Formats: sequence, structure tokens, C-alpha cells
Amino acid sequence: MAELLLIVRLAGRRIACPASQVEGLVELEGIVPVPRAAPHVAGLSALRSRVLTVIDANAALGFQAEKDAVAGDAIVVPCDGHHYALRVEAVEDVVEASAPPAPMAAQAGRGWDRVALGMVDVGADLLLLVDLRRFIAGSPALAA
Amino acid sequence: MDDLINDFLAETREMLQALSGAIVAWETDPADRARLDEIFRFVHTVKGNCGFFELPRLRQLSHAAEDALAEVRAGRREADATLVSAVLAVIDRIGELVQALETGEPLASEDDEQLIAAVTGTAAPLLVEAQASPAAPAAKKGMRSIRLSVELLDRMMSGVSDAVLARNELARRLRDAPRDVAVEAAFERLSACIADIREAITRTRMQRIDNLFSALPRMVRDLAADLGKQVQLQVEGGEVELDREMIEMIRDPLTHIIRNAVDHGIEAPVDRASAGKPAAGRLKVSARQSGNQILIEVADDGRGIDADALVRRAVAAGTITGEAAERLSAADSNALIFTPGLSTAGEVTTISGRGVGMDVVRANVERIGGLVEIDSRPGQGVRLCMRVPLTLTIIPALTVSAGGQTFALPRAAIEEILRASGPTVRVERVGDARVATVRDRRVALIDLDDLLGTGPREGENDGRIILLKPGAGATYALRVDAVHDHEELVIKPAAPPVMAAGIYAGTTLADDGRPILLLDPSGIAAQAQLATVEQPADPESPATANEERGQATLLLFKSLDGRLRAAPVGTVERIEDVPAEAIGFSAGRLRARVGERILPLAGCDSPPASGRLRILRLSDGASQLAYAFGDVVDVRKAALDLQPAPQPGEIAGVALIDGQPVELLDVHWLFASHVEAVVSGHGRPAVCAIPADDPWMANMLRPLVESLGYRVVGEGVAADLVIASAEEAPPIAAQGAQLLRIRSSAEADGDNDDSIYRYDRAALVAALRRRRAGGAAHG
Repeated sequence: MAELLLIVRLAGRRIACPASQVEGLVELEGIVPVPRAAPHVAGLSALRSRVLTVIDANAALGFQAEKDAVAGDAIVVPCDGHHYALRVEAVEDVVEASAPPAPMAAQAGRGWDRVALGMVDVGADLLLLVDLRRFIAGSPALAA
Repeated sequence: MDDLINDFLAETREMLQALSGAIVAWETDPADRARLDEIFRFVHTVKGNCGFFELPRLRQLSHAAEDALAEVRAGRREADATLVSAVLAVIDRIGELVQALETGEPLASEDDEQLIAAVTGTAAPLLVEAQASPAAPAAKKGMRSIRLSVELLDRMMSGVSDAVLARNELARRLRDAPRDVAVEAAFERLSACIADIREAITRTRMQRIDNLFSALPRMVRDLAADLGKQVQLQVEGGEVELDREMIEMIRDPLTHIIRNAVDHGIEAPVDRASAGKPAAGRLKVSARQSGNQILIEVADDGRGIDADALVRRAVAAGTITGEAAERLSAADSNALIFTPGLSTAGEVTTISGRGVGMDVVRANVERIGGLVEIDSRPGQGVRLCMRVPLTLTIIPALTVSAGGQTFALPRAAIEEILRASGPTVRVERVGDARVATVRDRRVALIDLDDLLGTGPREGENDGRIILLKPGAGATYALRVDAVHDHEELVIKPAAPPVMAAGIYAGTTLADDGRPILLLDPSGIAAQAQLATVEQPADPESPATANEERGQATLLLFKSLDGRLRAAPVGTVERIEDVPAEAIGFSAGRLRARVGERILPLAGCDSPPASGRLRILRLSDGASQLAYAFGDVVDVRKAALDLQPAPQPGEIAGVALIDGQPVELLDVHWLFASHVEAVVSGHGRPAVCAIPADDPWMANMLRPLVESLGYRVVGEGVAADLVIASAEEAPPIAAQGAQLLRIRSSAEADGDNDDSIYRYDRAALVAALRRRRAGGAAHG
């Protein structure tokens, strides 16, 4: 029972995430900022009469947030009854994992450690498999 | 148990309805095995279920049918026409019994034996009424209900909320598109449908607050027993309905308040005795609806809040300064109970520590858009009032903008909206803080731009100032760039990372499809670290005091013909929407049926053709009347320079408020001319005896007598006035009682006849008035 994986590019990396965590893809337009919220909360956006909370992937990992981004691609991640739009640089493909994910053989690196589930073989490449829901809580380093 | 039986009956009825097709099919083809199985399962289920209840007839019937069908299924018996008819007759009888049990009607035919004999094949074939179709009983009158899962209702509600938002989006796109009358008409229809559905679904989610109240007697009893106290609980208003979700949201706060009242409010029997109170403390929990809010009140007759101790603790904890404490009003001192970490309880008991947790109660109630108010009288008790909206999802809100972004504010927290550059407001910078002086009040000013960090505003004096009162906290001023609109918004909870900012209560979508954040007034105060206590501007200034005296708090509204009018807030009991069909001319004037009461209606000349009418329910303490109006504009405190109207009438005069002429209602005139005079006797009411066996007297005379202030009793009872028929022998009147004889013929019987013709109303009223004055003098 191979898991379907979504391959996206975010924060400058190609990564894989379980497709089951993703409800859809959306092109964001008109993001309304949420003043005083944590840096990874990029704002709110409407999708078919529904409010999406837009998450900036860079900031969620503890990196510098994207500057003044008002539009772009995002993946819709439902979590605990709310819908989030995680901003990504590009959505590449949906593939079947050729093998179950393996534990990380090395440190994923600052920021990435917290979201990493393991590594996964996708075709010829070995990609980082991430838990999208861990992006939503934001970076503890920044919150502190 | 009753619930279980009702569930069982409803279920059986549903199964019968579902089965009707199978029965018809089986009747035409008795060999149809699938149908046979379906019917077998039905009787089997009914038999199994009635085992739990005392329903012997249903059990016997279903048992017999089950046995017979089991024989057929096992191939031991042929499903011939006789058997089919007999089984169908049994199923019909089950339907009739269920119907009778549900409606409480007398049971149908008592003779089940014959049917059972027919099914078991021990009797001669029976002639069963062929027309007895199973659908017929269900079509009879009776409660028609189905059971739905709560989850489904929630889904429907969220679906309809989405539909409202989708409608709004469509409206926006239609505005941008070229005008098309046909499309617009269709859209209007769609809008109306969605509004109807929303209302209906909102109602399906309504639940009687009894669901919450029913657990209270047991809880209070147990608590009182644990604490060695005696508590008499009185619960009122259980029939009030509110959103199911809301009931869940207020469950904990209510429990907490009641625990507090029993634990810390009501004293031990010994202490009560020494305070001269009855040993059993009284605790009253009541609910009532007021406009689109529900008021839940918990009142005890215990020792009240020790306000001094509370203030001492607040000073010790550094919540307020000693100087500020000196100037606290009684109400403000009591409100300190909502401050986190303050408790007046000498020791914190296992039940509760008054104060500990009251901040949580307030926070929880405010989170759902409600308010908590407290009123305490030392030695006499505490009254806590929770005001919560009817539903969580749709709230009246005001949209404002700051830093180029639109936000919404819950209308419930807004006290007043002022022009920042207006004459009534003065803004000063004190250190780094800003203080707004509005008339005689000095409140902290929060600049929404600063708070949100959306960049500095240009100029000092533009924008609007909104006075916000977050629950029991101090009023503060919020400066925004502009105030836009009053709207009913569909509020959805915001995602946790958004809520974490601490100043938002939810999200909604604007008509243009953009998300709007709903601001949380308490959260803003907390984030801005405002002092919790309001300070009067200059308590010594006599001018301020005088000004205050000349001011009236007024409800500003638009009348039905669009005029700006005002009524003193104190006379407005509540605002209600009344459907057009509840309004009509009766007994010579326009009246409105409001809840259980019929009120005289002023403010309009004719009943509306359709739709709903908004009314102010005015009260003078004893009677009420309804006043039709269009829209609420504002609640304002204003010093009135009234130009009186030339002649007495609905309008007392006109005054300028914020430069606009406002007509002030003459509430006294309204009551004087619209409310039927209630004549009250001086001292005890005069008593009038009326023959009880005379229908004309009981039905027609009695109301007239009562309307003139008499208390009516039957004959033979001591009375001030005895009324008797002139045609009968005069009764033996008691000492001091006067006699009034009434004849049924218009002609007097000779000159000495002092009786009054029964339809000579003027003479009757005059005689009753005269004698009442005499009677009261006796008493």
C-alpha cells in the first residue's frame, strides 16, 4: 500500500509530504494581514466563501518570512477543523512512494528537524518527508 | 423513561412508513422472499423493543406475527392470501396502537385475540378490512416528528452559513457585472430562500434551557449537603430557547456561578439565624429572552461580596493603586471579583474560591459574545447576570477601519461612537499613554493603528472614537480611522495561530469576499494592559455634577416614517420583532401579541401587510405598551434643551442631539392614552359577590365589574357589594353590603324599581363606581 506523496518546493528545498494531508491547491489572491499574530501567520484569504489562514513556510521554519507577498501558490491543509493555506514556491508532482519512509540518516538541519518525518525515495531522488501540520504551530524559537 | 418510549414509538412509526412499500409488494406476491424478510425484521424488532416497556398488546401482536412469519421462512407454512391478510392486519393494528400511544388518543379496537388467532392459523379466516392501508393512520393528526443527529444539524448550520457567504460573493459579482433585471430578480428570490432556510435551521438548533437547568436541583442539593447548608432552589424560565452550542458554552460558567453562590454566598444555617434570615438560603436561577439576547440570572440571599476585602486585596496585589481604590464606586469594587487572582474567601475550599475562577467565568462568557454583570448588597445577597447572544454564529457588528484594513467590532460592547475631533472629546497624552476625556469621563485611549502596528496615522484629530465596554472591565476608547456599517455578520472561529494574537474573536467575510477579523474588546484591553478601573474626570467639579444631573440616557431610533426619535432608556423594557400576523385591531385599538401578552400598539396607524414589525416594549413599571419603530440608531447620554410641542401628544418636544433635531417621545402621554385605566381600590380592593350559576353574569358582567377594580367572589361570601338578578328573590345581604339588582327587561317594573337594565352600560358603570367608593370607605 504505497502512500501518495505530493512533491513541493518550499523554503528553497524540494520536499515530499503525504498527499492525505492536503485538501487541494489554491492560488492565493488578496491576503488580509493579521496584525499582532505570529510571524508565520501571513494573513487570511478567502477560498470559496471559506476563510483560510495563510501560513508562511519560511517563517514557520524559523527563517525570514517572505516579503510583502500578496499572491502565489499554496496548498490547503485542514487541521483540527480549520483550513490553512501553506505557501509554497512550486507544486511539482504527485507520486507514489516507491518505499516506505525511512528514519533520517542525518540531521535535517535547523528548522527542518521539527517538521521532518523521515526520508523517502521518490523515483531517483531521496527527499525529506515532512508533516505539514507541524508548520501550523509555527517556530517555537520565534514565538519565545 | 418517557423519552425512551417516545423514541421507540417514533422509530416504530418510521419503520412502518418505510415498510409500507414492502407490504404492498408482499401482498401482490406472497412468495417474494426479500419482502417477507423485511416484514419479519420489522415485527421482530418491535417485539424485541417492547420487551423493555410495559406494552403487552404490542408485544403479543408482534410476537404472533413473528412466529407465523418464522414458520413461513422455515418452509413449514405457506404464505397464502389468508396469512398475508392476517399479518397485514396485525401490522395495521401495531400502527394504530403506536398512533394512539403517541397522541394519547383512546386505543383503537380492543380485540387483538382475533387477529392473533388469525395469524397463528388457529381461527377461521377473518375478513380483514381491505382498505386499511398502513399509510392511513400516519396521516391522521398527531405530533409529527423525526429524529436527527446533532451532528447533522451542525452540518446544516455550517452549510447554510456558507450559503450566506456564497450569496454575498454572488451579490458582489452581480454588482460588478452588467445589470440584468431577470438575473437580479432570481437572485433576490435566492436571497430570500437562503434567509428563510437560515432562520429555520437556526430554530432547529434551538434547545430549551431546561436541558441545562434540569441538572441544577441535584447539584445544589449535593453541594448544600456537602457544606452543611440549606438551600431552596427556584428555577424559572426553563422554556427559554437558545442555540444548542450556546447551551454547552454556558454550562461551565453557570455551574461555577452556582457553586460560588452556594459555597460563599449563602451562609451556614447558624449564621443565617443570627442575621435574622430563614435557615434555608434562597437561590434563584432564571432565564429570559430580551431581544436577541438571553439573560441568565443567578441570585442568592447570602452575605454578599465583601467589597472592602476585595479592594484591600486588589491594592495588595497591585491591581489598583490605593488612591484609585479610595474613589471606587460600589459597583466598581464588586467588579473587582472578575480580576484574575483575587479572592475574598478566607480559605479556598474544595468547592470553589470566590474570585478564583470568576475571571475565567467572565472570559468564557465574553468569548461567546456575552457579558457578565454583578450586583451585590452586603448582607442581602448577590445577583449575577449573564447576557449571551442567541446564537454563536451570527452577531450584530460594526465594521471599522484602521491602517487601511477593515475590522469588525461586536455591537454588544459598543457604548458610543464619537467624532475624534468633536467638541465632546478631548485627547491628551499623559506620559506615553493617551487619555480621552469624554464629557465627564476620563478613559484610556487605544489607537487601533498603534496596537496593530499598522503604521502611524496622519494628524492627531481625525478618525472616530468608539467607547467600548468589555464586560465588567472599565470602558475605554478605541480610535479608528473610520466607522463603516452596522452589519449582521456570520462569525466563524479563527484558527488557533490567529487567536493566539489575543485580540481577535473570530473571522467573517465581507460582501466583497475579503476576510474580516472580528476584534475582541476584552482582548484588546488586556493586550494594551489597561487599568481595570475607570476614573471619573474630576469628581470635585460641581459643574460636572450639575451637568450629569441634567443628562438623560436616551435610546435614539428611527420611527416608521423615518424620523429621528428618542425615548428614555429607562422606559424601554426591550426591543422585539413581532410578526405582522400578531398585530391587529381588536377591542377598538391596534394591539400586538408579544409572547404571552397583548399590548396596546402605538407608533403606527395600521398593521403592516406582511413581514415583521420592530417594537419598543415600553414599561411604566406596572403596564406595558408596544411602540412600533424602524431602526435603532444609538444609545446616547445627552443634556436636553427641549422645545416643547405645541399640544400634548406622542411627541413631548424636539431637542438637538449632535446637531440633529430629535423628537422625544412623551412616554407619559403614551401610557395615559393607550393603556386601559386600571382602577385600584384604596387599601384593599372592594369585593363584589356575583351569582356563580348565572352565565350572563359570569361571562359578561364579571369582566366589567373586575375592570372597575372589584374582586369578584361567589354569592354567600362576605362582600361589599352583592349583585343579584331582579327576577329572583333578593339574597340575604351581609351586614354593610350593598345590593345591586339587575333586570333583564329594558322596562322598569314600576317606579320603585331601583334595578338596572343589564345593557344600560352607563348606568351600570356609574352604579358600580358609586358603590365601590362607598364600599371602600367601609373597608
